[in-house]
Parts: sequence; structure tokens; C-alpha cells
Amino acid sequence: MAAGTPSWEAITVAIALVAAMAAYALFAGADFGGGIWDLLAGSSARGQRARDAIDASVTPVWEGNQVWIVLGLVLLWTGFPSAFAAISITLFVPLAASALGIVLRGVGFAFRHEAVRPASKRLTGALFASSSLLAPFFLGTAVGAVTTGGIPVPSPGLSTAAWTTPTALVTGALFVAACAFIGAVYLVGDASRRGHDDLVPYFGRRATITGAAAGILAAVNLARLRGSAPYVFGRLTGVALPLVVISVLAGGAAVTLILLRRQWLLRVSGALSVAAVLAAWGLAQYPYLFPTNLSVAAAAAPSASLLAEIVVIGMAAVLVVPSFAFLYWLQQHGRLEHDSASVQLRHAARVQDRPAEPAAGARPPRLLSAVIVVIAVISAVRERRGRHRAPG
Amino acid sequence: MTGHVLAVSLIPARSQMGATLGFHIIFACFGIAMPAVVLVAHWRGLRRRDAVSLLLARRWSKVMAVLFAVGAVSGTVLSYELGLLWPKLMGIYGPAFGIPFSAEAIWFFVEAIFTAIYLYGWRRLPAWLHWWTGVPLVISGILGAFSVVAANSWMNQPSGFTLDHGRITHVDPWAVIFNKATPYEVPHMILAAYMVTGFTIAGVYAVGFLRGRRDRYHRLGFTYPFATAAVCAPIQVVFGDFVARAVEAQQPLKFAAMELVARTHAGVTEWIGGIYWQGKVYFGIGIPDFDSLLVGYSPHQKVIGWDSAPPSLRAPLPDLIHLSFDLMVGLGMLLLVLSAWQAWFALFRRRLLMTRWFLLPAAVAGLAAIVAMEAGWIVTEVGRQPWVVYGYLLTKDAVTPSAGVPVTLAVVLCLYAVLTAVVIGVPWMMGRRWRREDPARDGQDLASGPPPEMAETPELR
Repeated sequence: MAAGTPSWEAITVAIALVAAMAAYALFAGADFGGGIWDLLAGSSARGQRARDAIDASVTPVWEGNQVWIVLGLVLLWTGFPSAFAAISITLFVPLAASALGIVLRGVGFAFRHEAVRPASKRLTGALFASSSLLAPFFLGTAVGAVTTGGIPVPSPGLSTAAWTTPTALVTGALFVAACAFIGAVYLVGDASRRGHDDLVPYFGRRATITGAAAGILAAVNLARLRGSAPYVFGRLTGVALPLVVISVLAGGAAVTLILLRRQWLLRVSGALSVAAVLAAWGLAQYPYLFPTNLSVAAAAAPSASLLAEIVVIGMAAVLVVPSFAFLYWLQQHGRLEHDSASVQLRHAARVQDRPAEPAAGARPPRLLSAVIVVIAVISAVRERRGRHRAPG
Repeated sequence: MTGHVLAVSLIPARSQMGATLGFHIIFACFGIAMPAVVLVAHWRGLRRRDAVSLLLARRWSKVMAVLFAVGAVSGTVLSYELGLLWPKLMGIYGPAFGIPFSAEAIWFFVEAIFTAIYLYGWRRLPAWLHWWTGVPLVISGILGAFSVVAANSWMNQPSGFTLDHGRITHVDPWAVIFNKATPYEVPHMILAAYMVTGFTIAGVYAVGFLRGRRDRYHRLGFTYPFATAAVCAPIQVVFGDFVARAVEAQQPLKFAAMELVARTHAGVTEWIGGIYWQGKVYFGIGIPDFDSLLVGYSPHQKVIGWDSAPPSLRAPLPDLIHLSFDLMVGLGMLLLVLSAWQAWFALFRRRLLMTRWFLLPAAVAGLAAIVAMEAGWIVTEVGRQPWVVYGYLLTKDAVTPSAGVPVTLAVVLCLYAVLTAVVIGVPWMMGRRWRREDPARDGQDLASGPPPEMAETPELR
């Protein structure tokens, strides 16, 4: 295995890693976007309808969506362990901050539906919303640090400079904008499906604005990469250029569809614009994990470990993808509802439910018969012994 | 310089890992075992058109979802922490150690997806289809536990890899997953999860009994989880004996700490309780030769003591390990007695035992099961020290050079305090709301209004 030419197993796992990141961006990213729109929905009364719509769209799916990052982590640490160790050491701060964002998000969700007092509702709402900014921003800075060669190998050390370069910070902002964009695009679709005609233009405006912002940030980022990551820039404007073009066209198509009030292929084009940019990034980095410090081939684990990961990817394709399809199908067809036990059920339970008073006289028959048998045996024995004794 | 930084990070890193794992393990238990308890009640409810069982299943599913949500985030944090705190563990051993974790990602997905479908499907899914959407939760709970505990077993009994100049060059994934500790660690943990879940839920209804709520709702709410846990209790006690013997064979130094065996000799005294201080055990009840008897069925069995290893390679804090082990065994025995007591009544007298003498311990049985599990975890993990990969990598060599760990430790402790408040507070508030919904349970207006039609219940369609 010569350096620079990775084995097919290593390439497969690397592609799966980029795919897991894309899935995380498209699904969990949209949930973060929903959180950002929740944050910006204004006062309690004014934003109520938007918040309810976001809640209904995000709540049933966010937990499953969140697992994509776990899949990404396990692929990275098993497939490319030295890269994972280097990232963990150098990017300790942004990774810890993004983990904090994920936890706060979880707390917000677990607590949200149970908080009844306005004060605690506001608190959990704020927790949820702030975490929706934290996680994508810091993950973006981490990706920016990797792209610009900020991870020193083979001797990594904690570094603030790596993830605070202008390119990394712009990447962080780009991630936030992309999440807000994709979230708004999906919410347009959901609002139209539910027949919330006022919310369609509401989220449509937001999708247009953040789509434009994401486009501008991406252009700025590309311009910056020319200086900060010449290798990646060269490939983005070379071999990966078609993917960049697809992303731009898909983003433009999504915005046009929103302006035309058409739902057809809206989500697909929105998703494609995000996925294509991640694919372009992955292709532009090839054959490096950290351009140009660490190659895929040099970082790859032994082939048996990579094969085990390919089996895991296969299991994901067989088990996880259909499960997600089922979940999204149910959600899109209005089969999933957040509510309490029905009145009928509570009523039926109440009628069936009579307090049990253990009746005093009703001894269980088994015990009773046991006692009778014991008494019978004792009396029989006594009688026999008495009879024996009597003649003597 | 590096040595100094390592010393700075080791204690906070171990504290943070211990705090997050010690917290996560409780919620993982509910993720593993609670779906089974809920599905049993749900099945009875559908099969016998029993509204009370159905209502219990429905309400438990909400609690289950909250506990799963918290378990999911703390689990995600743990996967981050493996890198953030122990980069050298992952950097060197990732190709082997990472494999069982990778499988866990799949089961985590399945559990997250079907938890959502099951939780939100009560009203709009056909009744039996809805029940079946809960089945993947039971399966993925057990397989997920298998994957994670197999990874932990591998840390205790590493196998299936070739190490060459500090880099893994060859891996046998099957030998990694099915290492020598897997056959006993995995079932021991799954049984513990079922006991923790069952006794904890049952405890809630035992408190209800003590407060005078003796309706069928509370009786069934007690019976399903208690029966689940009570079935596991005797199996766990018998199995635990097998586990201890396996540890004695595979990790003699850990076993020496568990049983306070300072020097290798025959006719070893079994200490119940007790603190080791400078060659002697104080405050303990000693049973002469019994430890040898337990290990080798003979009083002349030789047991390896910790004097067989240099001090730097011995398990630290043998008193903590020993007392944790005794606590776990003692609580396990008490839970077995409690289970047997109720089982005797249920089997031979055909009714639920509801005396105060039973209910008071039953109310805290869940807490006891959690303490026993945590104690067992301390034995496993502290007993593995000073190694992180037993015999291969010392914990102090795996820790991050980053100096930021005390900060993250402080954040983690605050956050987990909040999470603890959430997981206790949210179900508690749910319980209060349910009691408000059902005034009849406190003896007020029973069955006012029109007679119910079970067929109209959305949950039964």
C-alpha cells in the first residue's frame, strides 16, 4: 500500500464518512435550523404558530437524526484512528463546545413538553435555541481547521489558532446559515403539507434570505481558500467543480421554487445544494484527510477493521435507511402525534379499576387444603398411636 | 514537560469519564430494559382489552422517551469524550476497540427511530402494528448493550489484534467482539439493566401503595416491572458467582483487590466488609478458608494476591473495590430475598403481598439496584486500573495533553446536575399531572358520565 494510493476499503470508509456528515447536515442540520428559527420567532404570542410548526416537524425525528454524528465518530475512530486522535487533541475546544450544544439541545427537548410555567418554557426554549447555534458553528470551525491544514501531524497539540483562522470562522458561519436555510426549506414543505398557508411565505422568506447568505458565505470561503488552502482550492475549481456548480444550481433552483410558490422538488433541490457542497469538499480533499499533512492511505486502519466498518455501513443501509424511511413516511402522512392518553382510554381504565379489598374469609383454596391435609394426618397419627397404646 | 501536563489532566479526565459513565449507565439501563416492561403491559392491554394495562403502557412510554432522550445525549457526549479525554487510546487501539462501538451506532439508530415511532404512534397507527413497532426497541436495546459491553470487556481482556511498534497492524474483528470477558460481562450487565428498570418502576407504585392507593392501576403498575426484575434476580445471583470466578482466572489482581488478598497463599479468608490497613483487615467478618473454597471448591486452593505485582501495577484503592464488591453482592442478595418473598405470595397465595414490611423495602429496591449496579461498575472499572487496555496501555499514557479538562469537568458536572433534575423532575411532574387527570384514583367521583366504549378508544383500533 504505497502512500497516496489508498486501498478500496479505505476509500469506501472515507466516502461513508463524508456521507454520514452529509446526512448529519441534511437531517440534524435541518433540526438545528428549526431551532434557529425558533430563537428568531419573536415574542411568545407572535411566534407561537411558527414555534408550534417547528416543534411538530422536529420533535419526532431529531433523536434519530442526531445519531448520524455518532456514526461519523465511530467510522472516524475505527477507520482513521490517528486522524481522530489528532482532531480530538487539536480541536478540543470547538469539539467540546459542539458537544455542549448537542447536550443542551437534548435537555431542551426532554424538558420542553413538560415545562408548564412560562418562565421555565422560556428557559428551555432559550437552551434549545442557543444550542442550535453552538453545535453547527463549532463543527463548522472544526471542518475549516481541517481543510486549512490546521491539524499538525504526527505531533498534534491543543491549538486555538487552528480553528480561529478567518477561513475556519467563515466556515462556522456558513454551517449556521446552511442549517437555517435547509431547516426553512423543509418547514416550507411541512407548512404547505399541513395547509398552513400563512407559514408558507413566512418560512419561504427566511429560506430565501438564508439561502442568499449561505451563497455569499460560501463564495467568501472559496475566495479565502485560495490563500489558506491552495490544494483544496485547486481541486474545488478543478476536478470538484461540477459538484460546486450542481450545488449552486440546486440552491438557486430551491430559492426560485420558493419565490414561485412551487413545492415540486423543493426539498430535493435544497438538500442537493447542501449535499453537493459537502461532496465537493470531500473530493477536493482527496487523497488527504488533512490536506496536505495526512493522507487517507497513511491514516487508514488495518484492512480487517475497515472491512468491519464496511459491514457496519451495510447494516446501516439495510436496517437504518428503511427505518428512517418508515419514520419520515409516517411523519409526512400525519401518523405521528404528540398527545396524552385519550379520554376514552382513561375513562375505560377508571371503570375497570375497582379497588381490591382482600376478602377476609376467602383463603386461597390451596393453603386451606394443605392445612386440612396436615390436620388430617396429625389426627390420624395420634389416633393410631392412641390405639397402639390402649391395649398395652 | 509532557509528564507535568499529563499529571494535570489525569485526575480530572478520569473524574469526568467516571461522572459521565456513572450517569449514563443508569439511563442506558432504562433504554435496554424499559421497552420490554412497557410492551408486556401493552400486550396484555391489547390481548385482554384491558384498559388499565393499556393506560400504564401508554404513560410509561412517555417516561421511557424522556429517559431515552437523556440517555441518548449522554451517550453522544461519551463518544466525544473517548476522543477528547483519551486520544491515545483511540489513536492506537481504535481499529480494534472501535469495532464493537461501530455496531452500537446501528442499534442506537434503530432505538432512536423506533422510540419516536412508538411514542408518537399511539393514536394513528393500527393497534397491533403499533405494538410491533416497539419490538425493535427490545432487540436493539439488548444488542446495543452487547456492543458497548463487548467494548468494555475488550478493555478488560484485549484480544484479536497484533501490535507492532505502537501501531495495530492486524485485527481479527470476531476475536475483538467475542473476547474472553464478553460471555460474562454482557449477560451480567443486561440482567442488571432489567433489575434496575424493574425495581425502580415497581418502587414508584410501592410508594403509591404506602400512600393508600391500592387500585388495580397501582397493582398492575407494580406487578409488571416487579415480576420482570424478580425473574432476573436469582439468575443474576447465580451468574454473578460465575463472573467472580472468571475474574479470578483472568484478572487475578482485580480479584485480589475485590477480596482483599494481599499475598498469594492457600486457605484464604473470605472477608465480608472490612478495611485493609498495613497488612491487616479491620472491622470485617472473616470466614476462614471460604475464599479458597469459593474459588476452587477446596480450602487448599491457592489465590493470587496483589503482592504478585509491583505496586505501580496494582489496582488502586483496594478498600473501595472490596467494599463496592461486597455492597453489590449484599444488595443483590437482599433483592433476591425481596423477590422470593413476593413470589412466594404470588404463587402460593395467589395475591399480591402488600404489607408495610414488604412495601418499605420494595419502595427503595430500585435505588438499591442502581447502587448495586454502580458498585459493580466501580469494581470492574477501578479494578481494571492502572490499565485502560488491560496489560497493554496504562490510563496515564492514554490521557489527553490538553489542559482544558478541569473546565470541561466543571461544565459536565453542572450539566449533569441539570440532567439529573430533568430525569427525576419530568416523570414526577408527569405523575402529578396523571393523578390530576384521574381524580377517581383518590376516591372521588367514580364513573360519572356516559359508560365507556372500549371500541372507541383510539389506542385499541
